[in-house]
Order: sequence, then structure tokens, then C-alpha cells
Amino acid sequence: MTLPPDFTRRRALQLLAAGPVTAAASTTLLAQPAAARAPLQIVGPWEIPGLSPASSGHVFTRMQVTETLMNASDDGMPLPGLAERWRVSDDGLAWHFTLRAAARFHDGTAVTAAAVVRCLQAARVAPALLSQAPIRAVEAEGAGVVAVRLTQPYGALPALLAHSSTMVLAPASYAADGGVRSIVGSGPYRVVSMAPPQHVEAAVFEGYDGPRPAIERVRYLAAGRSETRALMAEGGQADLAYGLDPASLVRLRKRGRVHVDTVTLPRTVILKVNAGLPALNDVRVRQALSLAIDRPGIAKALLRDPELAATQLFPPTMKAWHHSALPPLKQDPEAAARLLAEAGWQRSPEGLRDASGQPLRLSLRTFPDRPELPLIASALQEQWRQAGIAVQVGIGNSGDIPLGHRDGSLQLGLAARNYATVPDPTGTLMQDFGTSGGDWGAMGWRSDAVARALAELSRGTSSAERAAVLRTQVTAVLQAELPVIPITWYRQQVAVGRRLEGVSLDPLERSYRLTAMRWAA
Amino acid sequence: MNKTLKTMTPDITRSRTAWTAMLLRRAIQILALGLLVGTVCFFMARSLPGDMATRIAAGRYGYDLVSNAAADAVRLELGLDRPLWLALLHWWGDIVRLDLGTSLVTGHAVWREVAHQLAATIELAVASVFVAAVVGLPLGIWSGLHAGGWVDRLTLALAVVLRALPPFLLAVLLMVVVAVQLDAVPVAGDDHGGSLLLPALTLGLGLAAGLARVARSAMREAAASASFEFARNKGLSDRQALIRHGLRQAATPVVAYLGVHAVFLVEGAVVVETLFAWPGIGHALVHAVFGRDVPMIQGAALCMGLLFVGFNLLVDAACLALDPRRRMGAVA
Repeated sequence: MTLPPDFTRRRALQLLAAGPVTAAASTTLLAQPAAARAPLQIVGPWEIPGLSPASSGHVFTRMQVTETLMNASDDGMPLPGLAERWRVSDDGLAWHFTLRAAARFHDGTAVTAAAVVRCLQAARVAPALLSQAPIRAVEAEGAGVVAVRLTQPYGALPALLAHSSTMVLAPASYAADGGVRSIVGSGPYRVVSMAPPQHVEAAVFEGYDGPRPAIERVRYLAAGRSETRALMAEGGQADLAYGLDPASLVRLRKRGRVHVDTVTLPRTVILKVNAGLPALNDVRVRQALSLAIDRPGIAKALLRDPELAATQLFPPTMKAWHHSALPPLKQDPEAAARLLAEAGWQRSPEGLRDASGQPLRLSLRTFPDRPELPLIASALQEQWRQAGIAVQVGIGNSGDIPLGHRDGSLQLGLAARNYATVPDPTGTLMQDFGTSGGDWGAMGWRSDAVARALAELSRGTSSAERAAVLRTQVTAVLQAELPVIPITWYRQQVAVGRRLEGVSLDPLERSYRLTAMRWAA
Repeated sequence: MNKTLKTMTPDITRSRTAWTAMLLRRAIQILALGLLVGTVCFFMARSLPGDMATRIAAGRYGYDLVSNAAADAVRLELGLDRPLWLALLHWWGDIVRLDLGTSLVTGHAVWREVAHQLAATIELAVASVFVAAVVGLPLGIWSGLHAGGWVDRLTLALAVVLRALPPFLLAVLLMVVVAVQLDAVPVAGDDHGGSLLLPALTLGLGLAAGLARVARSAMREAAASASFEFARNKGLSDRQALIRHGLRQAATPVVAYLGVHAVFLVEGAVVVETLFAWPGIGHALVHAVFGRDVPMIQGAALCMGLLFVGFNLLVDAACLALDPRRRMGAVA
């Protein structure tokens, strides 16, 4: 067919170009940076599953929309929050928290003890963390004092009251059925728009009783893929991008468009060991498993950061619990072989076998919630294969490990454990290394010395020197007996845009520290 | 006059019957699809490995706070120990009352969650079809009118490349080139302005590739048809013949192709929405599967299915409107 005379090639190309160009032009105009003071954009992997403090409190405390009674320093020591001061009775059974007199909720009402009591009562419902504390009653004493009465001394109470699930909301936040219908907090920022599960925008609250923040508006966007977050930072769309993958970090550092800030987190990749199994009950076998692991190799190849190779359970950021004097965990294949031989495992062409000819075969469960875990599991499998230990790796979901603990079917479990869910790790350690072990901690192993030390630390009645001795005792036993085997530590890596100054990262991941930030000149 | 009226009345009746038959067919499809998709999703979600209560607890509180105690509390609260058949009957009962239930993770009504997400997905689907039409149709029509020309060959090569590229890779390429290097649009987000362009291009370009090839064949066939030749012979200009007869004739297979490939938009949305942090129903479905949120899985899958049926309904309507023979043939 011939071309219709007035339907020329030029005309067709014009038509072809018109659509995309129009669309691109309109969207480009929409995408133009509105002004130099566009909201500070944070992007992270954490979605907003709802408004309940137990599930989404972390989103609002990090954005400084809501406050908790207590805050914490980088090393976990209690600091004033909504409570400007606190005191504990001599018997350790009554705590009194005095609220900031000028504190106001975002709806203009005063922060009263009664409002705080309502929130704390709701936060005591299991499985929220406050349910772990031996609380007898939470009461308001006048308008400005909250009294917490205990059935037994509990020194970690201030740490629990710094957890996001205990955030304080105004009475107006609650619906008639007791559920949270809106977030009316008392922090320096107030919510201006929200679209769960992905975004929330906040603006400065003029009625805040502290210094006025320099950043007027902040927007948080949950983006599931780390590649997306990294590209948002690189493209200038995000001022703070959390949760970056190693490959993106290499690219970001190479391009140099953004600064990458880092802080070591109190989170450790651990291997949970079922010491109740005959093979793993022998401490020499657990030590051999540890000695066969090339931690710097795993940290360098998989996390792109050799400094993250764990030398002990607690990373240096947990200053009270990290003891540099402890002999570091390291790779030593000869020592591993010697220990296995001493434990009765003889090397054969098919691997290790005991005196009756039974092979040393183990199964390891892990899950992909943290994408590096299956990769680390594969590396461990190969390193143990070289030591003669056959390990089968199963990748399921995070619930498999607590379930395997409960029914006794778990042999080895690889997980990333956060030891500072609350600023004081004593409660977490009691769960993990108490007399009956823990879902994410010891299994088939117990140490009365560790249990006693943790119980004494938990009461909070020891002097600082005594507490330090107890912590040293706990870490020394865990390092020697290896009920869980530390593999690597974690580092939070955040891409920081060039228009921001005053950025500092919170190792406890409680806050974005927005009030300390300002726009670059 | 009376004779004219007599001949028009059966035509109108036949046309109405065709429309009624189509609507009835789709309504039955919607009912069957609703029950089937919901039931299949129910069994699939229940048969996934791992403990449901633990996954829901992880979705609610994050896995750091998941323990057997937390899972037990969730199991008790949601009655997850109920027999399977009882839970399914309960869901069927809800569906009859047009109630999709409550999300096990957020505690909100599934209708409320899905309505918000469905709007975003429809927005993305419409934008993707627009991109596909704007890019694919002109190239396809031109290639059909000039088969074997350089535009035809280039379109073929582009179509092969675009169809072969997985949406994930195409999305990252677009992000790097258009958003990061050219700084023309945002990389991702949910602001419904510039953020829509890249996900719409990712889905739309894949669709455009197929659309261009179908439009080419249809246009070529239309241009070679006797009716097109007759239109030109009776004195219409090439342009008039193309617009009045050629395009209309070629439009039917193109529209039918769009209907068949609506599923491409729906399945592509799962990947694309997650990658671009677009708050659509595909993204919600992925999270519901991870969190073992059965009512949300059922609700999201049901709505995606209905979206598919709705899209096909529009296609049927367009085909009926375009092709009078279908209206007549329905009763023949």
C-alpha cells in the first residue's frame, strides 16, 4: 500500500512524539522541587501496619511525634523523656515519674498523669514488652506524677518505659472501643497526613515545650526494596535513606553524590545451638563449630565490611556489655579438628563419625526476612563441610526458630538478634539465657551463674561496680560455653543528602534525631 | 416510513439482547470468580509452610518481638485453632453479606484497606494503558501501513527487547536513567504526580510492545481488505479511508488484545508496585502473603480478579460498539 498523501512520515512522527512528550512534560513539572525548603524526606524499610503503639509505635517515636516517659543515651543509660525526673523507693518496689509541667499534646491539652496511666495500662497487655515487668499497679498521683508499683524490684523498668510500645498518646487518640484512631502525641512534631502502610508527614508543633526544631516538615516513606531506597538517595529524592544493601553502598560511595553515615547496632547474627542434642551437648563440639567459621571472610564477602566479624556476642556499641579483654572468637581449623577428635569424632572420607560410625550431620534453619541470612547460612555450610561436618540448610520463615525451640526439633538456627530492643538488654538476656533457655537464645543449656547474675542485674539494686562485675561474668560464660555462636555484628548504613547538617545516628534506633538537624547553608 | 421503523426495531432489539447477554455473562463470571478466588486463596494461604500465628505476630510486632508467647496470644485472639471448614464457612458467610472481614495484621476492615489500594492500582493501570496506546498504536499503525520499512523493523526489534526484559530490570533501568541521571522524575513514591510516570512506563512499555505488533497485523489486514479498497475506489482520500474504515476495522483485534493482556497489568503490578513503593493492591498482596494475613490475601486477590473481569467487560463493550456484526450475530 502507498502512503496516503497527507499522512506523511513527519506527521506520523509528530503524533508519535506528542503523547510521551506531553506526559513527560506534565509529570516533570509536577516533579520539580517545590522550593529549597521542601520537607525532609526519610525513606526506610519499615512499614506502618496500623496505629497501635505495639505495632507502629517505632514509626512515631522515631519521627519525634510521640514521646515515651524515659529516653536513653547511646549506651543505654536512662535519660529524661516526658518524665523530667524519677525516683525509686528504697525497697525498689515503687517508682515515681514526674512529668514535664509544660508538656502539651498536639490538640492543646495538657499531658496529665491520668493520660499517661491510660497508655501504660494498654501497653501492659501481652505480648507488649511492658507485660514482662512485675507491675502491680500503675497510678496517677495528682496531675503530674505517675507511680508504678512492683511486686518485686525491677531495675530495667526505665528501659522498658523508653520502648516505643509505651509511647504516650492524648485521650483524643483513642476510639470508644479502646483502639487508637489517630496519633496525637506530645513531641516536637505533629502528624499532618498519613497513609498507612507507606507514608506519614509531620510538621513542627508550635506548642512544644522544648527548643523549636530547625526542620519545619518531615516526610517518611516506607519503600520495601533497598535498591529503590538507594536510588532515591542518589537521585536527591531522599535526604535520609535507611537500610541500604551492600551493593548499593559500594555504588553510593563510588559516585559520591551523598554521604554515607554508619553506626554499629546492638544486633548480632547468631547461631542458636540445640545443646540438648548429644552431639552438641559437648562444649568442645560447639567450640569446634565456632573455630571452623571464617567470620572476617563472611563479613567481607557478604556484608562488604570486615569489621563486622563478631569477636564476641555484644558489639562495641554496647559499651557496658562489650569486653575488649575477652579472648576474641576466631577461625582455627586445626584447633577445631583437635577439639572434635577429643570429643570422639573421627575424620573419615565421608566426614566426621563417632565411635559407633554415626556421621555428624546437622540441620540449620534460617529465614529470608534479613536477606543476608540465607547467604551466611550457605557460607557456614561450606566452611563446616571443610571441617567434615555435614549441615543441611533449610530456609523457611522467622517463626520456625521459636517453634523448633518449643517442640525440640531445632538443631541449629541462624537469626539476627537485637539485644537492645529496650535500651537495657538485661530483660532480653534473661529471656534468652534464663534457666529454661529462650526462643531466640539458649536451648538445652543452662548456667546457674549466668541466671543468678542476670537476676541480680534485673533487680537493679547492685552498685555500678557490682553490676560491671556481673556483666563481665555473664559475657565470659557465654563466650566460653557458646550456647549461641556469634557470627557477625550489624551496622546501620544511612545515605545522607547534602542539604542536611547535624545528622547523627541513634545506635538504639529509637529516634531519627530530627531536632538536632538543620538545612545546610 | 413504517417500513423503515419495522426494520430498525429488530436491530435495536438484537443490539439490546447482545448487551444484556454480555452483562449477564460477566455478572455470572464475577460471582463465580469471587467464590473461586477467595476459596483457592484461603486454602493456599492455609497450606503455606510455617505457623500462621507466628507469621501474623511477626507482621504485627516485627520478628524481634516474636516469641511462642506472642504467637499464642495471636492464636487465641484470632481463633486460629478453629477447624479449617469452620473458618471457610465463616468467610463465605461474610462474602454473602459483602463483608471481606478484618485484616489480621492491622485490625482494619479489609474493604477499607483494599479500596484505598485498589484506587492506586486502577490509576496505575489506566496510566499504563495510556502509555501503551500512545507508544504502541502509532508505531503499529505506521508499521502496518509500511510493512518491511525501517520503522517496522525497528519496532519489531524494540518489541522483542521490551517483551524479553523482565519488569524488574526495566524498572531499575528507568530509575537509573530517567530519575537519577536525567533527574526528570522522582525515583519512587506515592505522591500520584511525577511518581506515576516510571511505574506506568514499566508496565506500559511491555504492553506497548505487544500492542504494536498486533496493531501492525490488524492494520495491514485492514489496508489489504476489499472494504478498504472499495472505500478508496468510491472516491475517499487515503486519509479519509484510513480514518473512517481502516482504523475502525483494525481496532477490534487491538482492543481484544488489550483485554487478554489486562492480566499482564495485574501480575506486573505486584512487582512494579513493590519496587516503586506505589501503594497499590499488588504491593498489599505481597505483604499480606508474607504476613499470612488471610482475609487481606482473599480480599486483594478478589479485587484483582474483579479488576480483570471489569477490564474485560470494558473490552467487550468496546468491541460491541466497534463492530456491528457482533451485535447482529449475537442473536443469529
